[in-house]
Amino acid sequence: MQVPAQFDYERATGVAHAIALLTRYGPESRLVAGGHSLIPMMKLRIANPETLIDINDLDELKGISIASADGADALRIGAMVRHTELLESPLAVEHFPILVDAERVIADPVVRNRGTIGGSLCQADPSEDLSAAFTALHAVAVIEGADGRREVSAREFHTGPYQTVVGDAEILVEVRVPIRPGSGSAYEKVERRVGDWAVAAGGAALWLDADTITEVGIGLTAVGAEHFCAAQAEDYLRGGPVTEERFVEAGRIAAEHVRPTADQRGPEDYKRHLAGELTTRALRRAAARAQHGTEA
Amino acid sequence: MSTDTTGVAAPGTPPTEVAPTQVCASTPMGYGSMRRKEDARFIRGQGRYLDDIALPGMLHGAVLRSPFAHAKIVSIDTSAAEAHPKVKAVITGETLAGLGLAWMPTLSHDVQAVLATDKVRFQGQEVAFVVAEDRYSARDALALIEVDYEPLDAVIDARKALDEGAPVIRDDLDGRTDNHIFDWEAGDSAATDDVFANADVVASCDMLYPRVHPAPMETCGSIASMDPVTGKLTVYTTTQAPHAHRTIYALVAGLPEHKIQVISPDIGGGFGNKVGIYPGYVCAVVGTIVTGAPVKWVEDRSENLMATSFARDYHMHGEIASTKDGKLLGVRVKVLADHGAFNGTAQPSKMPAGLFHVFSGSYDMAAAHCAVTGVYTNKAPGGVAYACSFRITEAVYLIERLVDVLAHDQGWDPAELRMKNLLKPEQFPYTTALGWEYDSGDYPTTLQKALDIAGYAELRREQAAKRERGELMGIGIAFFTEAVGAGPRRTMDILGLGMADGAELRVHPTGKAVLRLSCMSQGQGHVTTFAQIVAEELGISPDDIEVVQGDTDQTPFGLGTYGSRSTPVSGAATAIVARKVRERAKIVAAAMLEVSPDDLEWEKGRFHVAGDPSASAAIADIAMAAHSDLELPEGVEGHLDATCVYNPPNLTYPCGAYICVVDVDKGTGQASVRRFIAVDDCGVRINPMIVEGQVHGGLADGVGMALMQLMAFDSDGNHLGASFMDYLLPTAMECPSWELGETVTPSPHHPIGAKGVGESATVGSPPAVVNAVLDAIGVRHADMPLTPAHVWRAMRGEPIRTDLAIG
Repeated sequence: MQVPAQFDYERATGVAHAIALLTRYGPESRLVAGGHSLIPMMKLRIANPETLIDINDLDELKGISIASADGADALRIGAMVRHTELLESPLAVEHFPILVDAERVIADPVVRNRGTIGGSLCQADPSEDLSAAFTALHAVAVIEGADGRREVSAREFHTGPYQTVVGDAEILVEVRVPIRPGSGSAYEKVERRVGDWAVAAGGAALWLDADTITEVGIGLTAVGAEHFCAAQAEDYLRGGPVTEERFVEAGRIAAEHVRPTADQRGPEDYKRHLAGELTTRALRRAAARAQHGTEA
Repeated sequence: MSTDTTGVAAPGTPPTEVAPTQVCASTPMGYGSMRRKEDARFIRGQGRYLDDIALPGMLHGAVLRSPFAHAKIVSIDTSAAEAHPKVKAVITGETLAGLGLAWMPTLSHDVQAVLATDKVRFQGQEVAFVVAEDRYSARDALALIEVDYEPLDAVIDARKALDEGAPVIRDDLDGRTDNHIFDWEAGDSAATDDVFANADVVASCDMLYPRVHPAPMETCGSIASMDPVTGKLTVYTTTQAPHAHRTIYALVAGLPEHKIQVISPDIGGGFGNKVGIYPGYVCAVVGTIVTGAPVKWVEDRSENLMATSFARDYHMHGEIASTKDGKLLGVRVKVLADHGAFNGTAQPSKMPAGLFHVFSGSYDMAAAHCAVTGVYTNKAPGGVAYACSFRITEAVYLIERLVDVLAHDQGWDPAELRMKNLLKPEQFPYTTALGWEYDSGDYPTTLQKALDIAGYAELRREQAAKRERGELMGIGIAFFTEAVGAGPRRTMDILGLGMADGAELRVHPTGKAVLRLSCMSQGQGHVTTFAQIVAEELGISPDDIEVVQGDTDQTPFGLGTYGSRSTPVSGAATAIVARKVRERAKIVAAAMLEVSPDDLEWEKGRFHVAGDPSASAAIADIAMAAHSDLELPEGVEGHLDATCVYNPPNLTYPCGAYICVVDVDKGTGQASVRRFIAVDDCGVRINPMIVEGQVHGGLADGVGMALMQLMAFDSDGNHLGASFMDYLLPTAMECPSWELGETVTPSPHHPIGAKGVGESATVGSPPAVVNAVLDAIGVRHADMPLTPAHVWRAMRGEPIRTDLAIG
C-alpha cells in the first residue's frame, strides 16, 4: 500500500481564511480540493507538502450560474465545482457543449465525482483537458489573494507544465466564460483507453454571423501548443466563411505550430497529426452545433 | 482454394442469436449454473484478504528498491533508519548473507537475490527491508537508508543481450562471460527443413509478444509469524500454491517442514503472479525471526508491476509452409526469450520454454520445430504468468498470426484456410509433430458454430461495402488448442515435486461433508465447483459440502492452482475420492439393507436393491450408519471418508474458435472492438456460469493485451509501465457484450470428462483481436499493443517497436 509522508492538516472555513492559512504556512502548504491529483502524488511521495489546507467547505467556490455585468452575460463556474456537476450542467449543455464533451472524457466517474474544475486547472498538467477547452472559449480565471481579486485570461493562466500564475497565497475562485450569440463548440480527444490522459485533444469554439466566423478559439491538449492554443489557425479562420476546406487548412496550420514530445502515448509525428486531425474535427462539429444546435 | 470444400457459412446466413445463460433458481444436485457459494461473502466486502489480517503485536515491513537497472552497490548506510524511533530492524543483503539467505533458488535452476549484495540488476530490485511499528514509519525509514550506487551500462534490448561486449549481468555466477541462459529445441529440425524445402508457399514473420503483467487486483503480500514457544512458523501469504511454498521455505530457509504452516487467505486474483516466492516473503520470515513479532509485508501497486512476475517477452521469428492450394505442411520458429535478470520462470522444471511447443496449434501438420534461446536482461525476472498455460499464449499467438499472414500473402480467406486445415474429429487422439497427444475435439464444428454466431459472410459483405466508403472494419479469427492440467508425474515436476494433487473427502455422520483440496482459488469459484463435483457423484447438496483449501495444515499435498490445472487435476482427484466414498457407502448400505453389495444399484444420493427401489438407503442415512454400531463386514473400516492422489495420465486439450470484429478510425488509428464471439470447448461443464465468467475475464485480457497493455523500458532501464496510469488495463468500456457459444467433447481420460478452461480465453483472444485490427487496416503484421499511435504508424508502414521507449 502506498502511504504518504507526515503532513499537517487545516480545514479552511472561507476564502479569506484559506488565504490566511496559505500565508501562515507558506510555500510548503498546498490546497486540497478533490485531491485526485495531489493525494496520489503524495502517496507516491512525489509531492510532500508540509500542510494540506482543505477547501471543501468553501461554499463561495461552488455552483454554476449565469453572471451578468455591464449588460454582458457570462457562465460562472466556481473553482470547487466537481467535474460531474459541470458534465451534468444544463447551462453548460446550452451554452458551451465543449465543456460537456471534455468532461465526458476526463478520467472516470469516481474521479469526476470528486475532482474539481479549479483543481484541474491549478494542477496544470499539460495533458489536462479543461485548459484547452477554456482556452478555446476565451474564458477568464478569477484569482483571489490578500489584496483582493484579479482576472487573468485562460490563455495567460499557465506559465509552464504544472505552473500557473496563481501565487503562493492566492486561490483560483472561479472561471468566467463570456456568453455571446451564434456560438458552437466541441472537444475531440484521442486516448488509449477510457479514462487515460489524452494522447492529444483539440477543442474548438466558433461564433458565427450567418456563415461568417466572427470569433474563434482553438485549444489543444498534450501536444505542446503554446498557451494550449492554436493561435495561427484562429487567425486564419477569423473573419472568413465556414467551409470544410478551411477547417482542414486550419488543422494543417495548427499541426504545423505544435511542439509535441514523444512518450508511451505516441511518437511526435502521430501527435502532430492528431493536433491537425482533431482541430479539424472539432471545428466541423462546433460549426454544426452553431448552425443546427447542440444535438449536432 | 475452392470454397465448396469448406464449411464456411454460405452468403446470406444471418447471425445466430446467443441465448444468455440461465442461473439455477435453486441449488442443483450436481452440475449446473448455480450461484457461487463464496460470492455472498465477497460482494458484501466480507472477504478476508491478506491485508485484512492483523495479528497481535504485528510489525510492518517495507522494501527499499533500486532506482537503477544495473549498478554496483558500493555501500549501504542504515544507521539513520535504525535510529528512527519506530524502526525495529533494518535488514540488508549483508544481514541475509550471514544467515545464508542472501540468494534463493528459483523455479528454473537459477538463483535470485533476496536482497542485493553485490549489484542491483533491475530497476525495482530489493535492496533493504525495514521493519517498523506501522507501515507509515516503515516507508519513512526507507528514505533514511543511504545507498551508494555505481551505475553500470544496462542490457535492455533483448536482441542485443548476446552481442559481443554486452555487459555481463550475472557475474555472480562462476565463469559467466555472457548473458546466455539456455538453448532449447523441440520437434524434428531435419524433417521440418525438408518440408519447407519442398513447400509451394512459405510465409514468415517476425513478431514480438511483448512483456505484460498479470496485475491482480490484490497485490502480493505476506505475514510471517514465528512462535518462539513452539518454534512453528506460520506464513499467511498470497500464494496460488501453498504446499509448494511450504516445501520451498523448508528448502530455502532450512526450517523443518512440519514446523511451517502456510495459509492462503482469500486471494484477490493471481493469474500466475502469485505462484513464485518473492524476496519480500523471505524478508518477512527473517523479520519475524529477528524481531520475535509477526511481520506483515504488502507491496504497493508500483512494486507489484515493477518487481513481480511479468509474462511473455518472446521475440519470435516464425515460418509457415503450405501447398499452393492451402494445405498447411509445417511450421518452424526461432525464439529469443527475455527472462530478465534472474531465470525465475515458473513452469514444469524440465521445460525451459514451458509448453510453448504446442505451437503447431489446431492443424494437421507434417512437421514442426522450434529453437528457443533464453537471455538475461536488466529487467525483473519472470516470464511465465498471466494465465498463459506455461507459454501457450505465445504459441497460439504465433501460429494464429502466421496463418493470417499466409492468408494475407496469398489472398486466401482466413476462415476457409483454417477450416481446411483443422484436425478432424476422427483424427483424435492425435499425436502432433511435436509429440503431444491431443485427447479430443471436434474443431470444424467449433469453428462453424463461431462463424454462424458471427454471421461471417454477412460481416465480410459489410466490410467490403464499408471499404468502398473509405471506412475500416476488420474481422479476426483465432482457433486455439490449449494443453492444460499439468501434469503427468513422469514428465512434469516443479523443483522435483511431481504435479499430482491430493484430495480428501469426509462425510460427517449427519451426511454433510468436508472436501479438502491442495489447489487454491484466486477467484475461480473452487468452493462452488468442487462441491458440485462431489454432489454429482454422491448426491449431497453443494450447500452441504465445505470445501477447504489454502491451509497446509488442513489440506493434502498438491501443487496448487495455475496453468488451468485445478479441474483437470484436483477436479479429477475430487471425482475419484467421491467415488471411493461411494464404494464404501455401498458396503455400508449393503450391511444396512442386509443384501450383497452386488445387489445394489446407485441412483444419485441413494443405493437401492436391484428390482426393489423401495428398499433403499440414502447417503445421509448411510453416513450415520457408517459411524454407528452397525456391524460391518470383515475388513471394512467404519466412517465414510477417503483420500486420493491423482496423477493425470495426460494433459487435457480444450479448444475454441474466437471471432473479433473491430472498427478502426482511419484518421486517428483508434480501434474499437464491436463484437467478440467465443465458442469454447472445455469438455463437460460443471458450472457453466463459472466457465462463462472465466471466459469473460480472459477475453477482456485479450482486448487489453492486443490494444493497450505494455511494459516497455527506456535505454537506461527505467520501467515505463509502473503504475496504472501507464500500464493500462481494459475496462468495460473497451469490451463488447461477449457472444459465447460452446461445443462439448469430453476428455476421454478425465474421470468426469472435464478440461481446464481458466486460461483458454486469455490464450485464444489476443490473436483474434490483432488479426481483426490488421484485417481492418490491411497490414500484414504489427506487434501488440495496437494503440492508436501504433495503428496509425502501421497504416503508414512504420510500425513501432513496442518493447522499447517510443522515441
